[in-house]
Amino acid sequence: MSSSSLTVQGLAKRYGDFVALAPTDLVVADGEFLTLLGPSGSGKTTLLSLLAGLVPPDEGVVRIGAQDVTYAPPYERDIGVVFQNYALFPHMTIAENIAFPLKMRKIPEAEAKKRAQEALEMVHLPHIAGRYPRELSGGQQQRVALARCMVYKPSIILMDEPLGALDKKLREHMQLEIKHLHRELGTTVVYVTHDQEEAMTMSDRICLMNSGRIEQLGTPADLYFRPRTLFVADFLGESNLLPASLGPRLGDEAEIRLGSAGIPGRALANGQDLPPGSPVRVMVRPQNLNIARPSGDETAVMGRVSDVMVTGSLTKIYMQPLDAALPPLVAAFATRNEAEAIRIDDVMALSWDSRDAVVIADSGPAAMPATTAKAA
Amino acid sequence: MSDQIMTMPHAAPRRGAPPAWRKPVLMGAPIVLLLTVFLVFPVGQLLALSVYNGQGFSLAPYQQLFSSSLYVTVLWITLKISLATTLVAVAGAYPIAYLISVTKGPAKSRLIFWVLLAFWTSFLVRAFAWVIILGRNGVINGTLMSLGIIDRPIDLLYGFGSVLVGMVHAMLPLAVMTMLAVMENIDRTLPRAASTLGARPGTAFWTVYFPLSLPGVAAAAIMVFVTAIGFFIVPALLGGRRETMITQLIIDQIQQTLNWGLAGAISVLLLTVVLAVFVLYDRVFGFATLTGETAGAAHNRDTAMRRLGGRVLGLLGAASDALIGLFPRRRPRGTGEMPSAGLRTLVWTMLVLISLPAFLMVPLSFGEAGLAWPPTGFSLQWYEQLFQSPLWMQALTRSLVVAFGTGLLSMAIGVPAAFLMVRTRMRGKGAMLAFILSPVIVPRMIIAVGMFYLFAQMGLVGTILGLVIGHTVVAVPYVVMTMTAVLRNYDTRLDLAAQSLGARPLAALRHVTFPILGAGMLSSFLFAFATSFDELTISLFSSGGLSATLPKQFWDEVTLQVSPVIAAVSTGLLVFVAVLIYAADRLRRRSLAS
Ligand SMILES: Nc1ncnc2c1ncn2[C@@H]1O[C@H](COP(=O)(O)OP(=O)(O)OP(=O)(O)O)[C@@H](O)[C@H]1O
Ligand SMILES: [Mg+2]
Repeated sequence: MSSSSLTVQGLAKRYGDFVALAPTDLVVADGEFLTLLGPSGSGKTTLLSLLAGLVPPDEGVVRIGAQDVTYAPPYERDIGVVFQNYALFPHMTIAENIAFPLKMRKIPEAEAKKRAQEALEMVHLPHIAGRYPRELSGGQQQRVALARCMVYKPSIILMDEPLGALDKKLREHMQLEIKHLHRELGTTVVYVTHDQEEAMTMSDRICLMNSGRIEQLGTPADLYFRPRTLFVADFLGESNLLPASLGPRLGDEAEIRLGSAGIPGRALANGQDLPPGSPVRVMVRPQNLNIARPSGDETAVMGRVSDVMVTGSLTKIYMQPLDAALPPLVAAFATRNEAEAIRIDDVMALSWDSRDAVVIADSGPAAMPATTAKAA
Repeated sequence: MSDQIMTMPHAAPRRGAPPAWRKPVLMGAPIVLLLTVFLVFPVGQLLALSVYNGQGFSLAPYQQLFSSSLYVTVLWITLKISLATTLVAVAGAYPIAYLISVTKGPAKSRLIFWVLLAFWTSFLVRAFAWVIILGRNGVINGTLMSLGIIDRPIDLLYGFGSVLVGMVHAMLPLAVMTMLAVMENIDRTLPRAASTLGARPGTAFWTVYFPLSLPGVAAAAIMVFVTAIGFFIVPALLGGRRETMITQLIIDQIQQTLNWGLAGAISVLLLTVVLAVFVLYDRVFGFATLTGETAGAAHNRDTAMRRLGGRVLGLLGAASDALIGLFPRRRPRGTGEMPSAGLRTLVWTMLVLISLPAFLMVPLSFGEAGLAWPPTGFSLQWYEQLFQSPLWMQALTRSLVVAFGTGLLSMAIGVPAAFLMVRTRMRGKGAMLAFILSPVIVPRMIIAVGMFYLFAQMGLVGTILGLVIGHTVVAVPYVVMTMTAVLRNYDTRLDLAAQSLGARPLAALRHVTFPILGAGMLSSFLFAFATSFDELTISLFSSGGLSATLPKQFWDEVTLQVSPVIAAVSTGLLVFVAVLIYAADRLRRRSLAS
């Protein structure tokens, strides 16, 4: 059944002149786990509220399955929402809070009670049924909010940073719990988080948002290795972004010339169809850089080591390229027992496989592409 | 800014650092002193007078009290009127406060302006307006006769109905303001959360919003009840013999027979009733709810009661949903973010009704024919009379001076007390709060009479100082309450930040704390100012025979001889209050913008 897929077309929301969500298209498949990721104020909560029917959109359509629910009230949508600030009812006990949606669905009291207790056990809080929300810690409240949302098994669950207040261990545990539940019930989940690691590990797809629009939508690997904009490359993990000018296309790759010296090389064209000669950036992740002793190899960038840092399992090497037009590069390697014999001020070269580098349209140093992003 | 103190000055170990208790004591002492000397002592003295007549103990006043059924009957009437007033005022205030709490932007400011205008328009003006409306030559009779619906005026005044109308009109704005304090703090996402969990609008309101607003309803109810039970303006102006309230009996004892013993005994009776109500309130809701703090005492896990309440609310919810379901959905919009048109119409109608009476004084004040409705002609003669009357002009000056003095003194005493209540941890805070609120709890009439007795002993009757002290006693709790609310929302880390940047505590207070708190302090000051400016009960006795304040002068005129000059005074007061509210709002916005 595809009744719990979510389709959004041209959905937009403005507050006065301020565009909280620009016209957006988005399809969430039945049973998919989609994460909304993005900086604070980028419109994640706004999009979620529109999906839940908490605020009416200014334009656009929302469908659940084939049914148009754009203006349907929340209580007719069978959507569960975990709110950013928990939204537990302060005048009800935890048990009453969790039983509330069951009561609304006219489920007999005895059964509601049993199911509420089961839900509490699922979030590992079996003993607090009789307490009031203000008598719980932030993390406990968050877990109760999860339990209240899951207890009635809605076909779509929207979660707004449900794990924000938890410590790392509990957070990882709850991530597993949510994934487990998602698989078991086949629920469609739209999940909001600030934490990119969380987004990468949990999601089928990630929807990266920036100032009220979708910047890029794709699998975690898509976003990480094949970012379409500087913003995406910058937002997810560490990256090296080298200014270059675009050469002719060769299959799915393109020739590039780096820096002022025009060091030749190749990178994945990444679907960019810019005319040759356009200024672009080439992105390489630190772990994809290899050390090459200065050997006159033309595909590598030569430079002087400015810093070596051992950060636990990774050793990071910072290098200032000899071509002053290029920014400093960072390379990451697994830390070995006998540290690589690289010292500050060594001259060395960093090279990369052309399949590990991607071309990104250059939109200036501010990395704020305005029009390139449009949802798939 | 100077850059000389960039590093944090390391707190040098001062010789003999002041003991930790000194600061709280210094902050709390003024208010404790004020209330002890000018509230506890005089009220105690008055109560003592009921059993001690100067020579020895005697229970004669109580024999007099219970020998005829008069006093008990009057007490019963007083309770009946106060309860009815409370019920109607709270029920009427709820939709208004609700609409204000869910409205945003300029529409909200407009709503609040009209409530504040009604709130600050003198009790006297509002009560007197009803005399004009309901009188034999009044607005209603005049209109009905000219329409030919009736041919002889009907008696609308001097009955239970007119008293109830006047009382509700007097108390409704107070109820709105009290409730609003609680409703503004209800998390707006909670009803939304309920709707995502499957609750229809009616159910979401009755099972989530309404229970959360109950502390506000309770606070409003008790404020209205206590104010109503000590009120005498409305029953005196709008009531007949059968609507005499107990405060009027106290006035009679003092002004006509100087029977202090009996006045004390009646006060004991009245105070007992009020205290019983307050004890009940404290047991159920807790005092802290009066200052807008979330109820910590709503812990009652008394399941039988709660379950019954839950059932009732659930049924109410289902019923209203069924009712809503009868109407076709007007717009295909989700959960109406906007309050419904029906509610807005209802509230605006009520606000117009609340404001209208006072505005009727405007045309009358420019009429030629006096106070009969409809006004005819145009003349400024009443204003001329007003400005040429030394009595009115002196009263105006005196009221302004007293109100200003009251504002200053209340701030000087109330602000440190508010800091004490919010910033320090100490035992007995609840008791302290109850003590600070006691001028609100003890019926105004008892305070006024006790104070009169004390002032007579001290030679303060008829002096400006006496009036300032008296008004400060009743105004200071409002200053403390307003400032407590303001301070509670104030992030104390800002002070610490300022101090870490090199500001000494006083400098931090001056450069950081006060600028941020300015708007709150201004409204506290205005609150005290307006309380004094409209105070009648204390002035009734303590202003002495000759040096009347404006309300006292108004009262004398209204009760002795009704002249259209009163309409001119009322118009002036109305304009004054409107300008004051407007200016305060502008100032507040400017301080927020900067
Ligand atoms: N009711 C409102 N009125 C005016 N502006 C609003 C309103 N709600 C949200 N906004 C604005 O819309 C923008 C997007 O807000 P939204 O809550 O969707 O951000 P977010 O991505 O969820 O941020 P965060 O990660 O901090 O929760 C913000 O700039 C916010 O200020
Ligand atoms: Mg958000």
